Amino acid sequence: MAATATLATAETQPAPARARRGIPLLRSGKAVAGLVIFGTFVLLAVIGPWIAPHDPSKTGGPILQSPSGEHLLGTTQSGQDILSQVLEGARTSMLVGLVAATFATALAILIGVTAGYVGGWVDDTLSMLTNIFLVIPALPLTIVLTGYLEGGGWFPIAVVISVTGWAFGARLQRAQTLSLRNRDYIKAAKAIGERPWRIVTVELVPNLGAIIISGFLFTFIFAILTEASLSFLGLGDLGGTWSWGTTLYWAQNSSAFTTGAWWWYIPPGLCIALVGASLSLVNFGADELMNPRLSPVAKRERKRRRHAAGPVLGAATGAAAGADGPVPPARGDAPVPASAGKEPTP
Amino acid sequence: MNPRSVVTQVRFLFRRIGFYAVTAWAAITMNFLIPRLMPGSPENTVLSRFQGSVSQEQIDAVKAQLGVSDASLLSQYGTYWKDLLSGDLGVSVSYFPGDVSEVIGQGVWWTVILIGVATLISFVLGTFLGVLAAWKRGSRLDALLPLTTFLSAVPYFWIALVALSVLGVEMGMFPITGGYRPELQVGWSAEFISSALSHSVLPAFTIIVSSIAGWLLGMRNMMLTTISEDYVLVAEAKGLRTRRVMLAYAARNALLPNISGFAMSLGFIVSGSIVTETVFSYPGIGFLLFNAVLNNDYPLMQGIFLIITLMVLFANLIVDLCYVVLDPRIRQEA
Repeated sequence: MAATATLATAETQPAPARARRGIPLLRSGKAVAGLVIFGTFVLLAVIGPWIAPHDPSKTGGPILQSPSGEHLLGTTQSGQDILSQVLEGARTSMLVGLVAATFATALAILIGVTAGYVGGWVDDTLSMLTNIFLVIPALPLTIVLTGYLEGGGWFPIAVVISVTGWAFGARLQRAQTLSLRNRDYIKAAKAIGERPWRIVTVELVPNLGAIIISGFLFTFIFAILTEASLSFLGLGDLGGTWSWGTTLYWAQNSSAFTTGAWWWYIPPGLCIALVGASLSLVNFGADELMNPRLSPVAKRERKRRRHAAGPVLGAATGAAAGADGPVPPARGDAPVPASAGKEPTP
Repeated sequence: MNPRSVVTQVRFLFRRIGFYAVTAWAAITMNFLIPRLMPGSPENTVLSRFQGSVSQEQIDAVKAQLGVSDASLLSQYGTYWKDLLSGDLGVSVSYFPGDVSEVIGQGVWWTVILIGVATLISFVLGTFLGVLAAWKRGSRLDALLPLTTFLSAVPYFWIALVALSVLGVEMGMFPITGGYRPELQVGWSAEFISSALSHSVLPAFTIIVSSIAGWLLGMRNMMLTTISEDYVLVAEAKGLRTRRVMLAYAARNALLPNISGFAMSLGFIVSGSIVTETVFSYPGIGFLLFNAVLNNDYPLMQGIFLIITLMVLFANLIVDLCYVVLDPRIRQEA
């Protein structure tokens, strides 16, 4: 797949800069927490179906049983094991997220970078296209498109989601490309007669790395949420593939919510929420590193501030002092220690 | 206001209207192309539902709508536009022989009022909390941050389900299904209105809880940027009252980006609300869309997609109008 290849280069190419950037990200508690949660789910997606204690579709167990030793998360109305469904669903949901995010990111790079680099009427047309897709509500469009699909499992759904979900990333990448296009090193590459294709793939795209990755993460969340909504509405593949949305669909269909069978709908919903929250945490962590003002103040400082003249004045001068230095560049060339936002003693 | 700035404003608005017109055209054209380009043959599914109970003329109409026609694509496109402009969205399959536009007309106000009011509350409340969270950075309000991170990642429909089962079923505080008590007549009677209100509490609550996080975080982050501006420091040094500095100096300037973020999230909120309606069987167009999909009612499905898109575009236009009023820079721009 071309898309994975591009992503891989994006991550490996600017090696020295990357090494410097990697460490500060791990210094952010939020980012680490997010990465740990996300890693756990990736692991579950890989091994989940193997460690599932039962066949998720097999009926005939005890009916609507609350969690017990035999069925750790209880059973459904037709006696299926819910833990096994959630484990199996982890793989489907994460696969949809991965495939959709990969395709959407590839589309976003193609359209966003082309628009930003080529400029002129190409930019006008592609920007218009991007803005149109940004404004059109994605879910109804996805619903209509999926309504016309006849079966086929999760893969066509992932493709449809990527078709409706690329615009956000494209807009970010266009903006960043515009700002990179006139940097000296690109001009130098042009001057020595590098071919445009090589400038874009070797000089430009690797330096969009941070933005590409953050766009990828957003699309990942978007895809998992959309797939869950589609499956919940009964538009997913209900004939044997389990995803978190499908489990919720059957729970809703069997009125688990009015009969109080919480063990049926809490676990899959929580999984979706945790994956989404973990990726947001990574993004927030990265944001705070680039713009230290955004982070909540550390405890020590909070105490100190309490002794200061007044909390309000303290907050304002503190933030102002934090802003004295130039705002660190978004690409993280100069890593800013997480403590940069802390105020000097007032 | 001097005449030159009015010209700039009008020019800005015309540019936006032009963009929305192109977007509307794109959505309408997509709506035309989707049934003709997607694989599969929906007309068989649809016609098998009729089972000989309809006239040949009606069958032809349905076929034409689904793109099964001998005419050229271009002439089909012409017919499609002609029908559309006369308000004809075709015949619904599941509400046969009801017109799609009629069916949508019954549901659309429920959705507009529910989503409109809930979004407005969420925006005002979220923005205000965001202002406070930024102003009192380091206070207990920081505890809101992890919570909102979590909430922004939860699907709307799951919050709806939990609200339904906890607040509706367990505690029995609110009705859990429908838009009003079924025995009542739809109208302006006090009884109907109070019933409709109590039925809308849970769906509205869901939409507010799910969408408030975006406003809160966006506003907080913008506020933190404006708070550190020199003019805020000067305002404080002058000895202006805290509330005035916070609202008229810092928040006023942080508000604009939050409003312009509206365009992007509006589609998202509407999408989430559609599914929320389904959970509560709320009689809006989201629930209609769900039923249309369930019954393979392709004409209704597409009609709803079109209406939702046009409504979102219209809402965006209104946001742009607010922007012109609020942002002096648009007026000064030469």
